[in-house]
Amino acid sequence: MLIKTQRQGFDHPISSEITPPHVYQQRRDLIRLMASGLAGAALSSWAARDAFGQTPAGTSGATGAAGTWERPGKLPALASVKSNVSGAVTMDKVTEYKDASTYNNFYEFGTDKSDPARNAHTLQTQPWSVSVEGLVKKPAAYSLEDLLKLSAQEERVYRLRCVEGWSMVIPWVGYSLSELIRKVQPLGGAKYVEFVTLADRKTMPFVGSAVLDWPYVEGLRMDEAMHPLTLLSFGMYGEVMPKQNGAPIRLVVPWKYGFKSIKSVVKIRFTDQEPKTAWLKAAPQEYGFYSNVNPQVDHPRWSQGVERRIGEDGLFTKKRKTLMFNGYEPQVGQLYAGMDLKRWY
Amino acid sequence: MVLAAPLNRWLLQPGVRVALGVLGFLPALWLVWAAAMDQLGANPAQVLIRQTGDMALRMLCITLAITPLRHMLGLSALVRYRRTLGLTMCFYALAHATCYAWFDMGWDLPDIAADIAKRPFILVGFLAWLLLLPMAATSVNLAVRAMGVARWQMLHRSVYVVALLVILHFFWMRSAKNDFADVAIYGGILALLLGWRVWRWQKNRLKN
Repeated sequence: MLIKTQRQGFDHPISSEITPPHVYQQRRDLIRLMASGLAGAALSSWAARDAFGQTPAGTSGATGAAGTWERPGKLPALASVKSNVSGAVTMDKVTEYKDASTYNNFYEFGTDKSDPARNAHTLQTQPWSVSVEGLVKKPAAYSLEDLLKLSAQEERVYRLRCVEGWSMVIPWVGYSLSELIRKVQPLGGAKYVEFVTLADRKTMPFVGSAVLDWPYVEGLRMDEAMHPLTLLSFGMYGEVMPKQNGAPIRLVVPWKYGFKSIKSVVKIRFTDQEPKTAWLKAAPQEYGFYSNVNPQVDHPRWSQGVERRIGEDGLFTKKRKTLMFNGYEPQVGQLYAGMDLKRWY
Repeated sequence: MVLAAPLNRWLLQPGVRVALGVLGFLPALWLVWAAAMDQLGANPAQVLIRQTGDMALRMLCITLAITPLRHMLGLSALVRYRRTLGLTMCFYALAHATCYAWFDMGWDLPDIAADIAKRPFILVGFLAWLLLLPMAATSVNLAVRAMGVARWQMLHRSVYVVALLVILHFFWMRSAKNDFADVAIYGGILALLLGWRVWRWQKNRLKN
């Protein structure tokens, strides 16, 4: 039969005719090698296109050994272009995907850092929409599809410093929150932006637990929200966001402690009042509204002067020094000029 | 209890005593193995510090349960286990402090001293740990004889203070996340074990 139907099934070639993985992998390795420039500058630009297709990451070619990482191949790819924003691509060694996707704080799925990776599979990320409301000219509910297309997806390799004293380096995919803010046109009175996480008891088992007041709320001052480093993120490591990391859309504010980078956002509200954030409500003496990374202002129960870089600093290495504004002082320092950061912690 | 006599006989067998003694150290062996094989997840230092602390707390509860169980069930043989259990607890407390000083503080003694002075929850943990040392040092038979039973007993009653400090240490540590479920469980167990002692003292006092 020349024309085959589904009934007959697909004719498999004999197994000896199938190209073994190690053979076709050689071609990929060659292309990658060329893309990294080792095969000569002339060929590398041609090969780079293909290599970027293989690993949408592509960072390996562009930023050198320090920023090398592989697409994990667990979730659908999310293509991105290089970011031109100052400070958007750190040269620090990127944390392993395995660590970044299994060691998370996402209290809606449990308070242990291994809980989210175990429990977040119940999160429903489709359909998803983000309601933009409050003091804006164009309040609307944006579907995830619209948001994905709203601006070019960029690759941003940021340091992430958790308030608990550990840190990672994560290649995010997304665009500056300011792109969305410009679209919706905040009114003159809008001084702050409030963000709200989904709080669905059916799919998020720990919503309703006594740890926090649900839903999870975070906030930024308008100038912080407009800063180009403030990222609306849809993925990491060249793929869409894993659920435990805040799928399908989250915020990343690299100069603030990690809990400010709110996950699984469903609402963005523009307001003239400082938002009542979840941690501020739970423990105002421990977590301030600003929560900028600041080695000089200790948490009441531990030092913020040092941090452990996950997966990199071994058991027996001393912790590394935490940098002011997590190392983003040149970019964001001027936002806080003249402010007493001990008072506004 | 009908089973008391055979159980007591069983508990006194040297083989059983050694086996149960070794059992207490299996979690420590597992931790060392898992750390060496990189099986402790993204932040092994934190797992080691927390697990050794948890084990010390569990061993404290088990040690304090010996006397009530002995009286309530008539298992007089259990008293033979008290020292081993107490020393096992002390071992985990030592491991806990070592993991903290090593993995968290890199043996930087001025930093450790500043940390103890600055953070109340470290301070109470440190005090509890200090109180364990004289008890561990006087755990040999010779010490009981040298000190006299009454004085030895008085010294070893400081374990009740240790229990209070330890649960406060745990409570403050967990207050970061307002997550007190585990604290409530261990606190409840310790309250029962100490409450039973208060109840018995009261009863004995009224009798006399």
